[in-house]
Amino acid sequence: MTTLFDRLWDSHVVTTRPDGAALLWVDRHYVHEGSHHGFAKLAVRGLALAEPALTIGVADHYVPTRRPGPGAAPDVARMIATLSANAAAHGFRLFGMEDDDQGIVHVIGPEQGLTLPGMLVVCGDSHTSTHGALGTWGFGIGATDVAHVLATQTIWQKKPARMRLRFDGRAAPGVGAKDMALHWISRLGADGARGHAIEYAGDAVRALSVEGRLTLCNLSIEGGARCGMVAPDATTFDWLRGRPHVPPDFDAACDGWAALASDPDAAFDAEQAFDMADIAPLVTWGTSPEQALPVTATLPDPARAAPGRAAALAGALDYMGLRPGQRLDTVAVDRVFIGSCTNARIEDLRAAAAVLAGRRALVPGMVAPGSMPVKRQAEDEGLDRVFRAAGLDWVASGCSMCVAMNGDMAAPGERVASSTNRNFRGRQGPGVRTHLMSPAMVAAAAVTGRLADVRPLLEGRA
Amino acid sequence: MSGWTTHEGVAVALPLDNVDTDQLIPARFMSRPRTAGYGGFLLHDLRGPGFALDAPGAAGASILIAGRNFGCGSSREAAVYALVDAGFRAVAAPSFGDIFAANAVNNGLLPARMDTAALLGQPPGPARIDLAACTLTLAGRTRPFALDPVWQARLVNGWDDIDLTASYRAGIAAHAARRREQAPWLWATTKGAMPRNPGRQE
Repeated sequence: MTTLFDRLWDSHVVTTRPDGAALLWVDRHYVHEGSHHGFAKLAVRGLALAEPALTIGVADHYVPTRRPGPGAAPDVARMIATLSANAAAHGFRLFGMEDDDQGIVHVIGPEQGLTLPGMLVVCGDSHTSTHGALGTWGFGIGATDVAHVLATQTIWQKKPARMRLRFDGRAAPGVGAKDMALHWISRLGADGARGHAIEYAGDAVRALSVEGRLTLCNLSIEGGARCGMVAPDATTFDWLRGRPHVPPDFDAACDGWAALASDPDAAFDAEQAFDMADIAPLVTWGTSPEQALPVTATLPDPARAAPGRAAALAGALDYMGLRPGQRLDTVAVDRVFIGSCTNARIEDLRAAAAVLAGRRALVPGMVAPGSMPVKRQAEDEGLDRVFRAAGLDWVASGCSMCVAMNGDMAAPGERVASSTNRNFRGRQGPGVRTHLMSPAMVAAAAVTGRLADVRPLLEGRA
Repeated sequence: MSGWTTHEGVAVALPLDNVDTDQLIPARFMSRPRTAGYGGFLLHDLRGPGFALDAPGAAGASILIAGRNFGCGSSREAAVYALVDAGFRAVAAPSFGDIFAANAVNNGLLPARMDTAALLGQPPGPARIDLAACTLTLAGRTRPFALDPVWQARLVNGWDDIDLTASYRAGIAAHAARRREQAPWLWATTKGAMPRNPGRQE
């Protein structure tokens, strides 16, 4: 009767109050430049870190991606320096801007084996749901809770409801984890999983690589979920073996982790099933991730929408500069971006390179790998040469144009095909229009200069 | 943080769904220290003539009424700072982003969950919130809202979690000791460099 989430919850409860709030032990706390508010709260109280060795710092949100380069603007440089100062003062491990293994927090945590099955992981970043791909319970928190975790290594929570999302069948060529995520979010809504812990299941989830599972779990928050996870299996264990921070007796640890699964008769508070045959390459057209359609579709008409929805549709179309009834694959783009904690792992870069090889991008764009180890691996495989030959910039790792905090942004009015996670108004710069899609679909947009179906471009290629 | 039980102020409607935290405060303002005040950044890129919060009568508003999924997106607590620093004490909406709602309660801002469809067309006007009864009174009508009892108690009492948690110190230490025995490698975070291309598939 027990779900995977129940097991993770139970193993982390320190105490439960009569009102239902539980105090939970945190195994791993990642902090980044944006965590400065949490450290400031700690300083005001004169508190020390409860567990510096369980705290990991990562410079990612603000780091320049042109390294070496002109350097950061003064307010950006100050954010990076503040994180370094806090790491030195409190004595925790920092993957700083100069570290060989620096990268985006949700890429390097799993990559380093710092995130492992069965852990409770938190970070002052909503995409902490990513870590669930390894059978981990990961969720994002705000600055007050960051300070609480720093000071106590615990966090108060009420138990979320449990939801299972099943994906069955085989993914068609050109369809991947990003499409699976945009599909369920477009069906259930950007708040469709609000208040729920998601477990992704079904043979199509089992068939995903760890990279694909990380993408799927990453986007859980875009459907409003508290977290998303996949039960660990042989795919997980094979991927983790040999990483720097896994337990010394790795095989014994895997035996223990194999028990992290839902019982066959486990009950969920909500359940939805999706057929892979219904999933095509998707793109978002609006200003919420729920506004996604197959790339071959036409845009909705507010005049035909339900009364409560018409204004939102019209507002999104207006911001995006699109017309009702317009075919999505006729929409010209100005720029492309491949990067972010959602889609900048090695497999994502291979998928984009498979489309770009031997072709030229018709628009400018940037490829920012998820970590410096991913960057080195891509260079060993020659992927950087494919990106450069296509005319795209190959830069160092960081959050970059996903969140536009480091100065990497598009110009007002520009339309960007982006492998990131949020198409919110202004996310990639004031007035910028963002279309979310898989890295392969971004590559297709690059070589055609418009939103384009990647499937014909893959014909005759691996 | 001080607690509160009732609040009277001006309510203003923002008839939008999915107001994300990137709207509430654009990322480019988030490197400022809190002491600088975040109120001026609230909904910065939506402001201007015709915007609900800039309408005559909306000045000094302290209760915001919005559409579903308010505060979705990024975990940035700065979104709550912007609302609080601009003078807001409550947001009423059919649903909230979970992280936003938790951040709101941590800063004394009430996330009141209720059907707002009938209120989104209202001009700015006086309103009253009773946190003990969980009601919002607006335009002569009192409506109930939903609020987790744990959050209700925290807002009313102005409790601070770090102080509360201090009384559980022994339980935390016992849990930490068990964890250290089961998984001592959790603490070994200083070692280790990345091998070249782990898991590389040829």
